[in-house]
Amino acid sequence: MKPAIALSIENLSFSYSGKKALDQVSFKICAGECTLLLGPNGAGKSTLFSLITRLYDTHEGRIELCGFDIKQQTRQALAKLGVVFQQTTLDMDLTVMQNLRYHTALHGLGRKEAVQRIQKELERLNMFDRRFEKIRQLNGGHRRRVEIARALLHKPALLLLDEPTVGLDVPSRLAIVDYVHQLAVDEKLAVLWASHLIDEIYPNDHLIVLHKGQIKANGTVDDVLKITNTTMVKDAFYNLTQGGQA
Amino acid sequence: MNMMHYWRAMWGIIGRELWRFVTQRERFISALVRPLVWLFVFAAGFRAALGLAITPPYETYILYEVYITPGLIGMIQLFNGMQSSLSMVYDREMGSMRILMVCPLPRWFLLLSKLLAGTGVSILQVYVFLAIAWFYDIHAPWQGYLWVLPTLMLSGLMLGALGLLLSSFIKQLENFAGVMNFVIFPMFFMSTALYPLWKMKESSVLLSQMAQYNPFSQAVELIRFALYGQFNKYAFIYTLCAFMLFMTAAIIGYNPSKGMMVKKGGG
Repeated sequence: MKPAIALSIENLSFSYSGKKALDQVSFKICAGECTLLLGPNGAGKSTLFSLITRLYDTHEGRIELCGFDIKQQTRQALAKLGVVFQQTTLDMDLTVMQNLRYHTALHGLGRKEAVQRIQKELERLNMFDRRFEKIRQLNGGHRRRVEIARALLHKPALLLLDEPTVGLDVPSRLAIVDYVHQLAVDEKLAVLWASHLIDEIYPNDHLIVLHKGQIKANGTVDDVLKITNTTMVKDAFYNLTQGGQA
Repeated sequence: MNMMHYWRAMWGIIGRELWRFVTQRERFISALVRPLVWLFVFAAGFRAALGLAITPPYETYILYEVYITPGLIGMIQLFNGMQSSLSMVYDREMGSMRILMVCPLPRWFLLLSKLLAGTGVSILQVYVFLAIAWFYDIHAPWQGYLWVLPTLMLSGLMLGALGLLLSSFIKQLENFAGVMNFVIFPMFFMSTALYPLWKMKESSVLLSQMAQYNPFSQAVELIRFALYGQFNKYAFIYTLCAFMLFMTAAIIGYNPSKGMMVKKGGG
């Protein structure tokens, strides 16, 4: 049986005052698939994320989350989405628990269910013991873990991560990369991960290379290496973006 | 989406705002110090300079401190409304606004919940202020303290909606200083908060007319009458209309397909 499509993007274009940020972007992500969105700065990754999360309006093209059109069925679509933004979006003066309870309230979860899910997600990330600490007291890696836990509380079908490991030390970064890849397998979660760090790519991942608002490559790691006639993702990326910084 | 979802989300937003307010002691104190300085220092000094005739809702001659109290209540709510809008701009710059905006509820409902939360905080501040004023011998009839509650709700919502509207236009936190100069101060000084309309008319007819059409004036008058157990219908309708106008404009401002979000580059 073919896995369900969690995210479908068709002919998506977007401009800022006449300047094209995205140009006819189309791709699909299925359940259980981890897709790395690679692109140099200014490639259009953040614009794409803002469109998927409906922070910007879609003027041209179509975005569907689990079959729900983001423009027509916004709420049903957003209910399927978990997001970790590039900047920390936690309230520094509230505790881990308070931040997570706020999120469960926004998603309409009752107290009992919310507490159970928070415990489960925090335990998986070894953060349960720190649930009564204020976010301000946590280091960058731990804050990121809380944000990932938060994004999963309402059981989304698609997890969006916008360069979540920026500014983290190597062990924290590796732990998060590993955890998210495992989630995709265990929970059949579709993952779209924007990054410019090549070492975050696993051999089974899907790659989408975005450059100047256009998709330059879309396929498995092997596919991308084959079409660029290279043996390393770094070189493939370099070729596709004409030397753009990875 | 069931009603329970709306209910939980609304209380989640209100609870978060109240908790933040209670834990931010400096914010609580500064919100009180401002009107108290006006009451204890400005009003005391101004008392001799300004003679007040008997005008409704007052039935006897009153001290200037008594006159200025509803204006200072309005001031608390005005500053609180602007403070909320400042925190919206801050949240947007820092990104936490995004969490609110990507939750599966209509945007108007999220903004209204945020507004209710801010209004709740301002009402708390007002009652603490009124309690301190009571010890300073500024007494309203005891029913007035109850009657004023619904009017505080409306005036708080109206001023909060104005703040919300402004926050949809403000691109960066730094631009907020402009709001102080171009919105808060003109709105406060060009109103009936500090001096009655008839007194203003003596010096400038134009100024008194501007004060009359200032929604802040009407909110202050609504509070003033309610504090003395009276209902000012005109002020009520005016404040209600101003709230609906500001709220509609704010919702449009935060709508990704119509508002300022795209022009600004996101939420």
